[in-house]
Amino acid sequence: MASPSGTPTKITQGAPAKGGIGESTLRPDGTLKVTGEFAYSSDMWHEDMLWGQILRSTVAHAEIVSIDTAEALATPGVYAVMTYDDLPAEVKHYGLEIRDTPVLAHGKVRHHGEPVAIVAADHPETARRAAAKIKVEYRELPVITDEASALAPDAVLVHENRDDHHIGHVPHPNIVHRQPIVRGNVEEARERADVIVEGEYTFGMQDQAFLGPESGLAVPEEDGGVHLYIATQWLHSDLRQIAPVLGLPEDKVRMTLAGVGGAFGGREDLSMQIHACLLALRTGKPVKIVYNRFESFFGHVHRHPAKLYYEHGATKDGKLTHMKCRIVLDGGAYASASPAVVGNASSLSVGPYVIDDVDIEAIALYTNNPPCGAMRGFGAVQACFAYEAQMDKLAKRLGMDPVEFRQLNAMEQGTIMPTGQPVDSPAPVAELLRRVKAMPMPPERQWESSEGADVRQLPGGLSNTTHGEGVVRGVGYAVGIKNVGFSEGFDDYSTAKVRVEVVGGEPVATVHTAMAEVGQGGITVHAQIARTELGVQQVTIHPADTQVGSAGSTSASRQTYVTGGAVKNACELVREKVLEIGRRKFGSYHPAWATAELLLEGGKVVTDGGEVLADLADVLEDEAVEVEEEWRHRPTEPFDLRTGQGNGHVQYSFAAHRAVVEVDTELGLVKVVELACAQDVGKALNPLSVVGQIQGGTTQGLGVAVMEEIIVDPKTAKVKNPSFTDYLIPTILDTPSIPVDVLELADEHAPYGLRGIGEAPTLSSTPAVLAAIRNATGLELDRTPVRPEHLTGTA
Amino acid sequence: MRVNFTVNGRPQEADDVWEGESLLYVLRERLGLPGSKNACEQGECGSCTVRLDGVPVCSCLVAAGQVEGRDVVTVEGLADYAKQRTEGGCATGACGTSLDAAQQWQAKGTDSQTGEGTELSPIQQAFIDAGAVQCGFCTPGLLVAADELLERNPNPTDADIREGLSGNLCRCTGYEKIMDAVRLAAARQGEAV
Repeated sequence: MASPSGTPTKITQGAPAKGGIGESTLRPDGTLKVTGEFAYSSDMWHEDMLWGQILRSTVAHAEIVSIDTAEALATPGVYAVMTYDDLPAEVKHYGLEIRDTPVLAHGKVRHHGEPVAIVAADHPETARRAAAKIKVEYRELPVITDEASALAPDAVLVHENRDDHHIGHVPHPNIVHRQPIVRGNVEEARERADVIVEGEYTFGMQDQAFLGPESGLAVPEEDGGVHLYIATQWLHSDLRQIAPVLGLPEDKVRMTLAGVGGAFGGREDLSMQIHACLLALRTGKPVKIVYNRFESFFGHVHRHPAKLYYEHGATKDGKLTHMKCRIVLDGGAYASASPAVVGNASSLSVGPYVIDDVDIEAIALYTNNPPCGAMRGFGAVQACFAYEAQMDKLAKRLGMDPVEFRQLNAMEQGTIMPTGQPVDSPAPVAELLRRVKAMPMPPERQWESSEGADVRQLPGGLSNTTHGEGVVRGVGYAVGIKNVGFSEGFDDYSTAKVRVEVVGGEPVATVHTAMAEVGQGGITVHAQIARTELGVQQVTIHPADTQVGSAGSTSASRQTYVTGGAVKNACELVREKVLEIGRRKFGSYHPAWATAELLLEGGKVVTDGGEVLADLADVLEDEAVEVEEEWRHRPTEPFDLRTGQGNGHVQYSFAAHRAVVEVDTELGLVKVVELACAQDVGKALNPLSVVGQIQGGTTQGLGVAVMEEIIVDPKTAKVKNPSFTDYLIPTILDTPSIPVDVLELADEHAPYGLRGIGEAPTLSSTPAVLAAIRNATGLELDRTPVRPEHLTGTA
Repeated sequence: MRVNFTVNGRPQEADDVWEGESLLYVLRERLGLPGSKNACEQGECGSCTVRLDGVPVCSCLVAAGQVEGRDVVTVEGLADYAKQRTEGGCATGACGTSLDAAQQWQAKGTDSQTGEGTELSPIQQAFIDAGAVQCGFCTPGLLVAADELLERNPNPTDADIREGLSGNLCRCTGYEKIMDAVRLAAARQGEAV
């Protein structure tokens, strides 16, 4: 069968700026992306292809009494309609950690928008209309929507027969996972406290809102297998979940990464992958599925909404005495990444502070709300919102400056985490706060001009709601801590295949990994690493696919660290082989081949003293050197299920923000005027990309501070705003200037000393904005996002 | 139904178009021009922005039948469109495009898999140079909108840029590098005068 158009062939590093690490090399896919030629998963096209459509449940919790597909099947243009009964293999469920998610609903639906049936037709509208003709009769069940309903004595169980590895230690079957952490003695420490501050905080459900909708093309192959072109964060994790449901061995499910339009955690779980493959195998034709935005809101997990209960104590000279907290995350109907989110929320609940006596509990619930899982910041975001609010409350009670209070209690290298793990690399928390505070402040009343007020710079903007009347400025600070890499004993490896050969007289390196490039710029960095390590100019990045070993997930701020580390390692092994060839061919001509430290630079073999020994092209001639090798960061341990003790994390990442806001106190409208960030990145492999990540993460934090929330009806558990009309993400008008101060303190355990950077700025951005709004209004504000009614007292 | 219209200067004919199809669908699925993006298909995100007789529109909100006999410019034709504008005696590249001119020019075909050697418009080059592209899904719509903004207003203030691009959502960049790119393109345009 012919390959589809839009198949990624190769991405070469474009002509300009061929830098090594530390340089702001431009993206290799930049030209394709600005000309519209870059093939995203929704751009795939194949001759004779069909369109797939999913029928989703219209209710949140119900028994399925009957499904009638006859009319849909009889629709002209329809090739297949499939329900649970048509699934081909024994395995009918999937899941990241717990296989609890049915491919198609069986007997019961557990959340609004759960897939019930799938249709393939020759036009997307035909498929949509046919899906609408499927008659599903539901018998509705009571909905579990919060902790009270989940743990009520007569609560319906969201999953009746759990046999996963968490069921043994959770206090109730509607709790996915529970992670306590106990260290020191909170009761004794509380005696030393001069002030005690308590708070109850609410974090709303945030959506990743990546712009490229879930989509892909499944092409049946002659050997009975299938080739899936897909936008995902982790090809091999998808493969592990897809193959058993299709009843195929993994080598008959080939996967190639199509262009990915953003991810932010929302592509860690499967969406349409299995459905497209099922329809392709059933019809023998290529099947494309593309969600629209409405469906996308139902098609992926969201950030866990949370309730957080905190108690902190401090002495009158400002030293924290103890912390007690309880974090309740709503995991929704299926487990997704909930257990790991619990581990993060729990182990990072203290924040970047020194507190020896803590009593922590984090749980994730099973409910009938939309499933929640990974999103940038992953459990640490919710905690940061709460502990930073607590820090401001404490500082206020003590009459201290909020930044100085934080600096007084800031962790540093050597601090022991509540899990007992020492922080063994730089932790410049106080310094980041100092830097962000030292940045110049934006001018007051910046909206004023000679022609009067520029309403675009005022709260309410072009709605022309104020010309400055009732507008009050506020400033707020926050700092956060995020882990980097997969934690709690996970075997978090990556694989890289690197090849070097002479093409047209010039040495060329090819880097092949399965890393999902989702926009972060991993491919840029891989080419930079290859240039630095192999001393070549030309680097070709092979498309990511499952023909090479797993790269792990593009999440947890881990790819530059782990797949970058794998590329570096493979390059070093290639270099050794190249030097062996050189010694064999030329060793007798110069003693330095045997005695000196040799490097590859500028297409030549050179000594560490800079003497040129040979051209790389002459060493290789027509020989190609290729290495494929797995690489691991240092191992971690699980957290003890009772005490939470254990060396669970690989590395930490820190960012601090200062927010300046202006609030129209009469209408409750907020304009964020500036959102400055200081972050330690260890080593900026690509400074331009690093700043881009920090600004992007900061803006997602701003979004959940003032506008972003999926609203779920507490009576029906139905989603009320699944569109960009009603779920608002920041526009360019909502987003302020974001000055960034990058600190580079090397972590000696990491490749090049780098630190994973993608998530930390999403943590502290939100509480900084909230602190600034509190500063402007004097209100307590214990929930995010803040809406006008919370500021005007009309909520 | 059959729809005849001009895309990037070339006459196009789309057959068997269902009356409910959008211009976006016809471009992407019938004419092999997937550069215009499908991020929301409800007119909120701007990723499908094209110029219809010179005016920026969300192509997802334009019924295919409405473009009969009209002229469409997509991101795929943007480089040639900008070049023609400059060659048409407009030194600043910001003189607007007459309907006649819009209907007479022709884009060159490209079938590059790597993009190497591709000629870019100033705004496209500025997006690459400033780091304004991450996942890139918002990029085509932003480029069409930003090019039109600079055509109207060669020296926009920051507030002008923010207002001009407020119909285009981006989820990756936090918009700072997009601001830089538009400032850069405007500055380069100014230097070229």
